[in-house]
Amino acid sequence: MSIASDIIKEKSGYKLHVVRTDKYKTNTLVLKLKAPLTKEKVTYRALVPYVLQSNTSKYPTTPELRSYLDELYGASFYVDVAKKGEYQIVSFTIDIVNEKFLSDSAPLLEKAFDLLSEVIFHPKKNGEAFDPKTVSNEIRSLKQRLQSISDDKMRYSATRLVEEMCKAEPYALEASGNLEDLETITPESLFSYYQKMLAEDEIDLYVIGDIVESEVEALAEKYVSLKDREPVRLPRNTGKEVGKEKEVIENSDVKQGKLNIGYRTHVAYGDPDYYALQLFNGIFGGFSHSKLFINVREKASLAYYAASRLESHKGLLMVMAGIENVNYKQALEIIHAQMNEMKQGNFSEAELEQTKAVVKNQLLETIDVSRGLVEILYHNVISGQNISLDDWFAETERTTKEEIVAVGKKIQLDTIYFLTEAGVQE
Amino acid sequence: MEKIAFTQLKEELFHEKMDNGLEVYILPKAGFNKSFATFTTNYGSVDNHFKPLKETEFSKVPDGIAHFLEHKLFEKEDGDVFQQFSKQGASANAFTSFTRTAYLFSSTSDFNKNLTTLIDFVQDPYFSEKTVEKEKGIIGQEIKMYDDNADWRLYFGTIANMFHHHPVKIDIAGTVESIADITKDMLYECYNTFYHPSNMLLFVVGPVDVESTMKLIRDNQTNKGYNEQPDVERKFEDEPNTVAKKKEILKMNVQTPKVMIGIKATDVHLSGVQLLKRELATNIYLEMLFGKSSPLHEELYGEGLIDQSFSYDYTQERGFGFALVGGDSAKPEELTKSIFSILEKSKAGTGLNEESLHRTIKKKIGSFLRSLNSPEYIANQFTRYAFNDMNLFDVVSVLEKLTIEDIRKVAADLIAEERMTVCEVLPK
Repeated sequence: MSIASDIIKEKSGYKLHVVRTDKYKTNTLVLKLKAPLTKEKVTYRALVPYVLQSNTSKYPTTPELRSYLDELYGASFYVDVAKKGEYQIVSFTIDIVNEKFLSDSAPLLEKAFDLLSEVIFHPKKNGEAFDPKTVSNEIRSLKQRLQSISDDKMRYSATRLVEEMCKAEPYALEASGNLEDLETITPESLFSYYQKMLAEDEIDLYVIGDIVESEVEALAEKYVSLKDREPVRLPRNTGKEVGKEKEVIENSDVKQGKLNIGYRTHVAYGDPDYYALQLFNGIFGGFSHSKLFINVREKASLAYYAASRLESHKGLLMVMAGIENVNYKQALEIIHAQMNEMKQGNFSEAELEQTKAVVKNQLLETIDVSRGLVEILYHNVISGQNISLDDWFAETERTTKEEIVAVGKKIQLDTIYFLTEAGVQE
Repeated sequence: MEKIAFTQLKEELFHEKMDNGLEVYILPKAGFNKSFATFTTNYGSVDNHFKPLKETEFSKVPDGIAHFLEHKLFEKEDGDVFQQFSKQGASANAFTSFTRTAYLFSSTSDFNKNLTTLIDFVQDPYFSEKTVEKEKGIIGQEIKMYDDNADWRLYFGTIANMFHHHPVKIDIAGTVESIADITKDMLYECYNTFYHPSNMLLFVVGPVDVESTMKLIRDNQTNKGYNEQPDVERKFEDEPNTVAKKKEILKMNVQTPKVMIGIKATDVHLSGVQLLKRELATNIYLEMLFGKSSPLHEELYGEGLIDQSFSYDYTQERGFGFALVGGDSAKPEELTKSIFSILEKSKAGTGLNEESLHRTIKKKIGSFLRSLNSPEYIANQFTRYAFNDMNLFDVVSVLEKLTIEDIRKVAADLIAEERMTVCEVLPK
């Protein structure tokens, strides 16, 4: 068993994280830009990476850029925008074959650095603006993607729960932005915001693979150089105490009702009782041996999926289940009953041991994938912590039933959201 | 036990055929935490018409039964197997495709125990009327979940358009009505017919010791005393070359229309290297026309006909094959016209040149190597290939040999108006 960890080096304007492993056939570069979620800029940040990945000054059309990637043995290059706690994180990932597995072995890692630098520092420009045609294409594409997200009803109901639950908190904002803002963005305003991102965001570069640390450092210094900065760090915020719980029923043309429930846990990654919360969630609804799966699905036959998950930085616990529209009350009763069982400590030592084993297994499996490893390591950047995977395992192992019951006392039901066919539920 | 070495890839594969006919493969992967195993039967949703074991007449079973069986195999007299796996720190799952049912687990500890649990639970069915009835509610909700999913409806809508009789047109999970007819006796009948070791393949990948793992499997199988069983006889009606329906429009609660073009393949009884070459060449053909490196893609994108959801794929297995091209589009009619025109022109060579072939092959080799980072990919793909007499590790050598003539032949063979269909999902 190998528990990977990253070597962290301060570089000019960013942190370089190097992880050495020989288990992959490829090497991976991930650049992450992080800033607080804000109503004003959320859509700018959602759009920027898609404009940047379209073309560059050296490769001014998408076919030229993509043909170059093909030439590099199908180097994969993609972007992503995510919400972690109340931060919005923009990621650029390049995954390139390690040439030792090719019959023709020109060095490829430097090419990946070169390309990353081209994308980030040499976009296709028109004066002090992005190329207008590229921006208008990407605005249209993002608009369609936003519509398509709400066309997916499972995703739509999960998003609506968060909107209802976190009204007036930045966390209610969708990382993919919104349609209204898209109307107002121009190639100039987008470019000027991008310059601000490069100057002010907290930036981390991860390099993973069968690599030599000193070579990676030299490449990073050669290709990625930024101005020093003091990134904005948000105070820890797991939301307010819940006054009265909300129930929101929304009608839509769905064959299956989508039930989503949000709880506040008031516990975040980095808190001493975070490990207990993770186990609480595991026994409650995280796995196929959990109370929700057993009771909502296996015993009552009400659902195909009935599960829970944590948002580790905002401290939310979310339940999701797809049920027959008429079974709303019954499903809710069962879910509430399971939560009560948890809070009263009605779970066995065996369930606890089982859950510890699968939580550990899940973590180890996640870090077998280079992207998964980056996400795990990045928790420390988001939370400003320095927790190693060894700590994580050790803390999980020694967590007691009493600690899980104690963390359960902090959990408050906040909002119940149900997307259902009109007329079935009043 | 035989050892097959892939020097350039730095991989070694170990193979043994057990006395009862079970094919076992082990691919050791040092450095990984996770071990992964799949136990797969050559039996999927299309196998709905066959001679049950010891019967002389063909019989038809209800739609969705292979998938139903997959669900029910997890349940035993003393509880469900998910519990057993999670006690052993493993995460288990299963899936049913058109042609396969696979049971799998991944674990980072207690590998031998988990592997034994996997083999034993699949080889020890327990079905009762009560649990079969209970499952109908759960699977009913699975079906409804997919009913609400516009992309899934589009996918199956396109396939249903293409086929007159072939059961690939039937949704893998069946319908709420069709699964209502399923009984425990039917499950036993399907199980006894298709779950004999000689119709199955076990694949193990991870940081495992090859000798002792193979011995564990060998001893486990020897102790079970399986009798020999003849090959399963399946029956498929003759399927015309043409599509069953040229166009279908589904109205759903969506804002952006979705469109998919399906092209039905001919010569669908290929296997082995011929099938591998056909599949790879056709995927390269589609990539050359529609990939992001193609000027044709740039045009479609620039005209606002496609967005990031645009995709294309070709798949072929015993008895059926099809290409799918499509995605979200504000202008589905225009997109359809453009795609038809691109496909038609490709028959004269438009979009298919040496330079782009060379580049696309490089890209495919790279993505193949990348996919070898994933134990799940290796196990699932290897099994699919093996059931069609292909070898996953031949991919690179077949790719390297493809010529522009091969690609032009794909265009000539595949593209014909009477074998093309369109399915759209439009806002209500």
